[in-house]
Amino acid sequence: MRAAEHPFQFVTASYITQISNHKAVTLFELAKGLKDSSDASIFYHTFQSLSRHHFLTEGFSNDFAQWVLAACNRPELAEQLAGLDIRDYLSLAELRSDLLRLVTAYCAGNPPYADQAAFEPFYFCEGIEVAVPLSIEARSLEEFRAGLERLSHASMHYHFIASRLRLHLRTNDFSNWLESSLGLNALAQRVNRVDIYTYTLDSVQSILMALVDEELSR
Amino acid sequence: MSTGMPLPRLIHIDDYASVLGEPQVEELRTLASRLQGRTVQMVNSTAVGGGVAEILTRLVPILQELGLAIRWDVITGGNDFFDITKAFHNALHGGSYEMPPESFEVFLAYNEQNLARLQMEGEFTVIHDPQPVALLKARHDQSGHWIWRCHIDLSRPNPTVWQFLEPWVNRYDGAIFSSPEFSRQLSIPQYLFYPCIDPLAEKNREMEPEFVRGTLERFSIDPARPILTQISRFDRLKDPVGVVRAYRIVKRYFDCQLVLAGGGADDDPEGAAVLAEVQEAAASDADVHILNLPPWSATEINALQRGSTVIIQKSLREGFGLTVTEALWKKKPVVASAVGGIPTQVIHKHTGLLAHSVEGTAYQIRFLLSNPAIASRLGEQGHEHVREHFLITSNVRRYLTLFLHLLGSS
Repeated sequence: MRAAEHPFQFVTASYITQISNHKAVTLFELAKGLKDSSDASIFYHTFQSLSRHHFLTEGFSNDFAQWVLAACNRPELAEQLAGLDIRDYLSLAELRSDLLRLVTAYCAGNPPYADQAAFEPFYFCEGIEVAVPLSIEARSLEEFRAGLERLSHASMHYHFIASRLRLHLRTNDFSNWLESSLGLNALAQRVNRVDIYTYTLDSVQSILMALVDEELSR
Repeated sequence: MSTGMPLPRLIHIDDYASVLGEPQVEELRTLASRLQGRTVQMVNSTAVGGGVAEILTRLVPILQELGLAIRWDVITGGNDFFDITKAFHNALHGGSYEMPPESFEVFLAYNEQNLARLQMEGEFTVIHDPQPVALLKARHDQSGHWIWRCHIDLSRPNPTVWQFLEPWVNRYDGAIFSSPEFSRQLSIPQYLFYPCIDPLAEKNREMEPEFVRGTLERFSIDPARPILTQISRFDRLKDPVGVVRAYRIVKRYFDCQLVLAGGGADDDPEGAAVLAEVQEAAASDADVHILNLPPWSATEINALQRGSTVIIQKSLREGFGLTVTEALWKKKPVVASAVGGIPTQVIHKHTGLLAHSVEGTAYQIRFLLSNPAIASRLGEQGHEHVREHFLITSNVRRYLTLFLHLLGSS
């Protein structure tokens, strides 16, 4: 098996939540918050939200959709917001723009609901990331497989989900390395296709290990 | 660095691998490796009793085991000081403040006394709650990192007390709150650290089914029929009478039992009155079990929660609601009011069901009793939610991350 010139450095990321001064009690205020809040806040309520709720596989997509459903009782808008797939976005500006477009359009089309008070407020928060390299690195597919097995949820999220924004590519750290360092393009693509919305992070980890095992057994 | 408080050493960080998994524990070690030997000082106002002391009793030994040079100090004061801080506490929860104006000077004088007694030398100093807030005076030349950890709900503080405290708080490097709802608009960064439970503590540890069954039978509860349970003090804000009304609606459809278990009726006149109201509401229904438990009933509460079919928390107002956390950890389906910190824990239709009325509570309970597979899924997902966010180890991780962040920022 080929050895990579540049090893894959496994990293863990830990987050703390910072409470911002924005909150929304109505859909109209949600739209305003979406417009005014920081990129870190959009990241927190979408990318990070998926990680914080990785054990939910049915119908949970992001904090905005969940609040619109549970606190505002507006399932139609909730479905639209939940339908946004973070893997389609290379920048938070694009994601913010689409979220804002959906909420604004709904408010315009349903004025009575735009100012209706929700059961509980939505508090905009931000995630602060601290990334620390682990003592694990891989130069071969075998070592990569061994490293994968030892990863925590935080590491999986860092490499497989949050990496898209860091790389500004529609891929992830694992696929990027498999392709660029080991030339395993087909495996890289199969890894990238694993659905983060319908599997838990534990399941994603197991699937990735199975894909690597399959490659190793060829 | 010496340790102010004697630290219990009964549970080790590796013991948590059985509930978290090895990689998560290893990750705590990785984060802590960057903080080896860094000095941390935690200061609060009581060594035993109360939620803060309970958390520090667990948190401090774990951080010490992870290699941080941590000490925990407790401030002292006379009865007049603690009368004032008790009045602060009630006023910060929105009550009136009846103490004389000079009470603020007395408060500051006791903080000065403690400053003379304590060695304030941590690179990271975490001051818990308002009582020791003025120890910040020990800080010279903006040295070290000072954080104020507020465990109470500041959403509706009495203005007199808050106007006194706010300038102190704004001189810290950051404040930590238990919920966004409990925070204030401050000029310093505000961090969110959820309250937590210890999965290895008596109230939460795993139990043999035989023991659970035995406990139910000891209280004359039938393990063979559905059991609806609310664990809480006998307090009107927990709406125990509303729980009885919801139970009566459910009872029309299911042959179930209701358990209302808690304390607070022996040493609190209001608690005794609420207990009497609940007993009156229950009338002579033999399937309603009202248990006024002593404070040392952690094992019984654990068994009652584990033996229940559905856990209810029908509070009218709530702090974070750690009884909900305990129930979710035990994989129980929960029906709870959407107040305080409950919606953070009970993500509607994912980790439990939220309700807004007696009728809504009853409907959600009926739904769960009719759909045991859904109830089981909610319980499983609730357990994962707690594992991810509301365990003592999550708190350890947050502190490590905050310290690393503060080091990076400086």
